[in-house]
Parts: sequence; C-alpha cells; structure tokens
Amino acid sequence: MSKQIKVALIGNPNTGKTSVFNQLTGLNQKVGNYPGITVEKKEGVCKLPRGVKAHIIDLPGTYSLNTTSLDESVAVELLLNKNDKDFPDVAVVVADVENLKRNLLLFTQIKDLKIPTILVINMADRMSRKGITIDIPLLEEKLNTKIALVSTRKKIGIEKLRELITDYKSLSIEPNIDATVISPEYFDRLRSAFPKEDIYKLWLVITQDVNFMPIEKTLYQNAASFATKSKPELKRLQQKETILRYQFINGILKQAHKVDLNAAKGLRASLDKLLTHKVFGYLIFFLILLTIFQAIYVWSAYPMEFIENSFASATEWVENSLPPGVFTDLLAEGILAGIGGIVIFIPQIAFLFLFISLLEETGYMSRVVFLMDRLMRPFGLSGKSIVPLISGTACAIPAIMATRTIENWKERLITILVTPFTTCSARLPVYLIIITLVIPDGRFFGLSYQALTLMLLYLLGFFTAIISAMILNKILKIKSKSFFVIEMPNYKLPLLKNVAYTVLEKTKSFVFGAGKIILAISIILWFLGSNGISNEFKNAEEIVTNKINISGLSDFNQHAIASELASYERALNDSIIEKVYTIDQLAIADSITAKSANLFEHAKRQEISSFKLENSYMGYMGKAITPIVEPLGYDWKIGIAILTSFAAREVFVGTLATIYSVGSDEEETITNRMAAEINPATQMPLFNLASGISLLLFYAFAMQCASTLAVVKKETNTWKWPMAQLIFMSVFAYIVSLIAYQILK
Amino acid sequence: MIKTVAQLKRGERGIIKEFADDILPIKLLELGCLPGNEVELLQVAPLKDPIYINVNGSHIAIRRAMAELIDLEIIDNTTFL
Repeated sequence: MSKQIKVALIGNPNTGKTSVFNQLTGLNQKVGNYPGITVEKKEGVCKLPRGVKAHIIDLPGTYSLNTTSLDESVAVELLLNKNDKDFPDVAVVVADVENLKRNLLLFTQIKDLKIPTILVINMADRMSRKGITIDIPLLEEKLNTKIALVSTRKKIGIEKLRELITDYKSLSIEPNIDATVISPEYFDRLRSAFPKEDIYKLWLVITQDVNFMPIEKTLYQNAASFATKSKPELKRLQQKETILRYQFINGILKQAHKVDLNAAKGLRASLDKLLTHKVFGYLIFFLILLTIFQAIYVWSAYPMEFIENSFASATEWVENSLPPGVFTDLLAEGILAGIGGIVIFIPQIAFLFLFISLLEETGYMSRVVFLMDRLMRPFGLSGKSIVPLISGTACAIPAIMATRTIENWKERLITILVTPFTTCSARLPVYLIIITLVIPDGRFFGLSYQALTLMLLYLLGFFTAIISAMILNKILKIKSKSFFVIEMPNYKLPLLKNVAYTVLEKTKSFVFGAGKIILAISIILWFLGSNGISNEFKNAEEIVTNKINISGLSDFNQHAIASELASYERALNDSIIEKVYTIDQLAIADSITAKSANLFEHAKRQEISSFKLENSYMGYMGKAITPIVEPLGYDWKIGIAILTSFAAREVFVGTLATIYSVGSDEEETITNRMAAEINPATQMPLFNLASGISLLLFYAFAMQCASTLAVVKKETNTWKWPMAQLIFMSVFAYIVSLIAYQILK
Repeated sequence: MIKTVAQLKRGERGIIKEFADDILPIKLLELGCLPGNEVELLQVAPLKDPIYINVNGSHIAIRRAMAELIDLEIIDNTTFL
C-alpha cells in the first residue's frame, strides 16, 4: 500500500473548517485528546483519486500563528516541528468567503513556513447573495498557490480539493512575504546566530511565549547567549509583521476581490437588533432556555425510563438464567448496574448538546454571550458561563463538558468548579422524599410549604454557585489574559450533519471518558456492599431465618403484609360482588394463603439482604462513620446511604430501601418506613425537622457525584481540581448541616 | 476632536489612528483592528458593555475597557450623503 499523504486542515474559527473535514472524511474519523492536554484532536482518513489516501488532522481554529491559547498552540506546534509524526506534507487553509482578508493573514504565515499550502474558499454559495466576486486565477497567481472554491452546504468543490491534495507535490513552496523587512538588522543577527534554521520558523518559535507559553524551545535554548529582545520589543515586531501582512493582502484583494456593498447587510442587522435587544433579547433567550429545560427534563424522561427498564430486565435475566454465585452477582449488581448508571445519562447529554450545537451552528450563541457578559463579569464568570450554569440544573456532567467554549482558562475553571452547586436532577428524588417526611403540609399565601422548600433549594443552589464564583475569582491567582474578543459570525442555517456529528462525538466522549470511572466506582461499591468477613455476614441467611422463626418478621413488615393482605382480600371480595370472577370461599382462602406466603418470602429475602448489608464492609464503614454523622442528626443507616450515594445522589433512596428492607422502591412505602424509624439516641423519630433540614442541606452542598468528579478530572486533566472540589464541598456541606441540626434540634 | 471606539454612537464610523504599542492584544490586530481601518459601531449590549463593532469587515464584540484604548478619527457622516 502506498504511503498516506499527511494533511493538516487549519483555519480561522467559524470558517466551516469542521464541515470540510466532515465532507472529506465522512465517518472515518476519530476524536481524541492531544497527550497531556484537553485540546481535542480530530483525525480522519480520506480517499483521494487514483487510489491514494490522505490522513487528515483537523487543527483547532486559530486566527494566526501567534498563539494566545492552548488550542492555538497545538496548531502552531505541529507546523513548527518537522519531527512530529503528524507533520503535514500539505496544509489546507480553510477561509470563509466573507472574511477573506482576515483569513489570508493565517494563510500567508503558513505559506512563509515553506509548507505546500492549498487555499479553500468556503461558503462559496453565499457569494452572489453578498455581491462578492473573486478573480480566482489572479488570486492563485498572486498568492502562488492553488485555490478550491468550496461550498460544503451545496457539496461543491470537494472533488477539486481532493485533486489538489493528491497533486500536492506540484505546489510552490515559495514564501509570500519577506517578514524580515520589519527589522532587517535583528533578523540578520538571528540568521548569523542560527545559520542552519529557517528564519521565519525561528522567528515564530522565539515569539511563541510573547503571548502565551513556551512550547518547542529546547532546540534553541543552548544558543541563548544570543542577544535577545525584550518582550515588548518582540510584541512590537509582531504587530509590525501583522501590518505588513495586511498591506500585502489588501494590495492583492484590491485587484482580485470585489464586494458590491448594496447586496450585503439586511437580515443580519435586523436579526442582531432583535436578538440583542434589551427586552426581546433576554425574552427570546429565556424562551430558548425553557425549551432546553423542557427537553432535558421531560423529553429525555422517556428514553431514560426505557433505559432503566431495559437494564432492570437485563439484570433480572442475568440473575435468573445464570448459575447463582459471585460472578453472577458481580455481573448483575456491579457491572450491569455500573453500565446502566452511565447509559442513563446519555439522553440528557445528547439533548443538551443537540441544542448547544444548534445554537452554535446558527451563530446565536455569540449573541447570548454578548448579551450576558456584563451581567456575569462581577462574579469572575464570562458571558460564556451562562450555558453551563443553566444546563447544570439538569445534570452537571454535560454542563461541565459545555464549558469548553470558554477560552479564558480562569473563567472556565471557575465555571467548572461552581457548576456542581446548581440543583441537578439527581438531587430531586432525595429532596422529594425528605421534604415529604419533614416539611408540614400547610400553605403560605396559597403556596404549599413543601413546594416552597423545593424552590428555596433551587435558589440556594444557584446563589451558592454565584457566590462561590465570586470568592474563587478573588482567591485563584491564575494569570490568564482576560481580553474578551468574540467574533459575531453570520447567521446560518445549521448543517444537520455537523450537529449530528457533534452530538455523537460528545456522547461518545462521555461514555468512554467518564464512563470508565463510574463503572469502576460502582463495582467497588458493589464489592463493599456484598462482601464481609464477620460470621454474621457469612451466616446471614441462617441467623435471619432463625430470628424470624423465633420472633417473626420485623414489626414494620408484619404490618405491611397484614395491610396488603387485607386490601388484597377486599379487592377479591369486591370482584366477586361485581361478578368479575365467580369463585368459592375456599379458592379465596387459598389465594390469600399463597399471596401471604409470597409476601412473607419477599420480606424475608429483604431482611436477609438488609442484615447482610449491615454486616458487610459497607455496613462497617457506615457504623464507623456514625460518630461523624451523629452530630448532624443521622444514624448509621443514613451514614451508609450517604456513602453509597457517593456514586450518584439518587442511590440514596435505593440504599435506604435496602437497609430498611422495604419490598419495593415505591416512594410511599419507603416514606412510611422512614417515618416510623426511631433514633435510638433520642427516642424521637429519626427523621424530624432538624435532621431533615440537615440532610437537605447536606445534599444541596456536598459533591455526592462520582461522575461529576470523573468529568472534572477529564476536563481539567488533573486530579487536583476534582479533589479540591470534593474536599471543599463535603466539608462545607458538613459544617452547614451541623449548624442547621444543632440550632433546630 | 479625539474619540475612542468606546465613544462611538450606534451607526457611527471612524478610522483607527496610530496607537501606542503593547496596548492591544495581537488577536485584535489580527481581526483587523489596525491603523487606517474603518470601524463602525453596530450594537451595544443592554448594560452598555460589551460593544459590537464591524472593523475591516470583521464583526466582533469587545469589552468597553478595550474599546477605550483605540483612538479614532471620526468620519463625518454628512460627507457621505
């Protein structure tokens, strides 16, 4: 097989570079990370004419080779390092027909690196509408390159581009501009100090850290004796270079590029006026948010329910059809539960990213940022933080993934750190059950206390996020240049293909990134909960059976069975009266006996698993932390539930169901059981106003979500931030709950 | 009269004058904020900040603090009529 041509796709943001990439590679693409950093690396394979293939890298969008962010430095590093295995044989610069002037700046820089460079002028379908005419042959001659006029929307020009890539060897590698004229004396000295190096490449390497950070410097450090210039001087030279390049470009475009201004404007101006209006702008944004909320909360409930049921039946199938044993347990309660815990988030993530990519593709997102920036700034956040903060009310995981659009690292980090405070949907089951238990039924101005409490908890989450952002803004000493420049791209109809790729990509990156950690944690939790060393654990079945034989089932279960039997009997009698069935008294008695035996077996199994959990490693851990949770008004059972719900908050309810050995996850049953629980220390109901509020506050503040930690680790690429989050949020939650309980009790 | 981009009214235009080195981030220059280029103020966000300009064909939004650093020569609109 012949060698693949290595192609680097590079261009300004918003030029449709990704569309070109998608058109070239189709589904033959993979997304990963550059080693050690969180910048996405997109690669793909493209079939070319005459049986040739190309390996294509889609580099992060950049305006020039003067880097100001991590993303950009990735692009530059590749172009400067001839030894990189991905160093391109040919660079394809994607430009947007409406911003040709600005796009050519990057083009001339790459051309001057003596890399064969093809120019793609994208969005060609807009030319006639915008009154643009380009003399392509003249432009090709002046820029000394080959040009493909492409429209990814209309699917034209891609074949031409493939041809050009195949023939890359015929491209000229003559530079466009002699940048050394900006300071001949300085460049002469450089040239004599490093006679072997390409002078423009040398210049780029030297100036990399003027705006950002040093990258590939080792090559030249040895010769540091060379009298260098100070940063301000270098920066001035960079500006001179930019001006020089623009002079060159303006000169060419004057001849080869014409715009009939009357054809332009129109729609854009009126849409801008409406969408950034001080009333309608916010109103429209609010309505869009409502739709997104609705989708994440309500629409995704259907697929989530389907997923839940599928996993429940898969678990059941495994338990019933495989021979009982450790392996079956591991499969059913560890692995399947873990995978289920990952898959359940997919609908919400997919919906969120569907909307986000739609908003980004259309160009609306930039208007939101424009609208919100001033409001968010006092809190150390940027206009771009608004999307993550709002989507955090559904789930922090997609929300944290959505912070990637924030270029400023400090603003992005603060957004990541405070997002988990917003009330996510996993807190809801916990809140609901505790509110039902401890908040009285009364009404206040027609609003029920319970609803008000829930609303207060939502507000509490939001304000805690905002206030922590403010504090973090003061504490964090991160130097990141906080200039805010955002391009306001033209409005476009979204390309469905791009939207679909984005949704697919983000979902995949969640499932395989955070998914691994979630799976590992749920297996650990399963192990701790289903293994023990004590005799009680090993002989659980025997001990509980004996106990039941001597003193019967627990009071609660006896009552529950009695009342269920009574209602069953009533139902049977009713159906006879209504002549639904015609059966005699004997059959009724039989049926009731069978039902009773059934219920008894069920209750017994529950009591055994409850006893096992109590004596498992997990149970011991729960008991070990009793002294810690007692001041908050909890007993060891709640302690266990807090430990297990570390995997995900909603596990709290399920764990309590197991510990209290109620037969089902039905909320009502658990609530009844919990209401009956007596705190051995105080002889009062365990769940009272004081301990209830304390629990609510604990769940509002504590970082009880392994998945979020996993995502934060992935997005910040260090354990430092998720650990800081975990420790700070847990300690804060503990202190607040402690104070609340001690005051209220 | 000396004006900066921050003092423009909506629809008003000006030509960027020479500015002191080091003031503006290179990114802004790359986007077309160069001496001699024309700037038009398109929109102002509800709280007067950021502002949304068209410079040299680039549509960008910048914060007011940065706009104050860019000196302008105002184009008298009447001469265009």
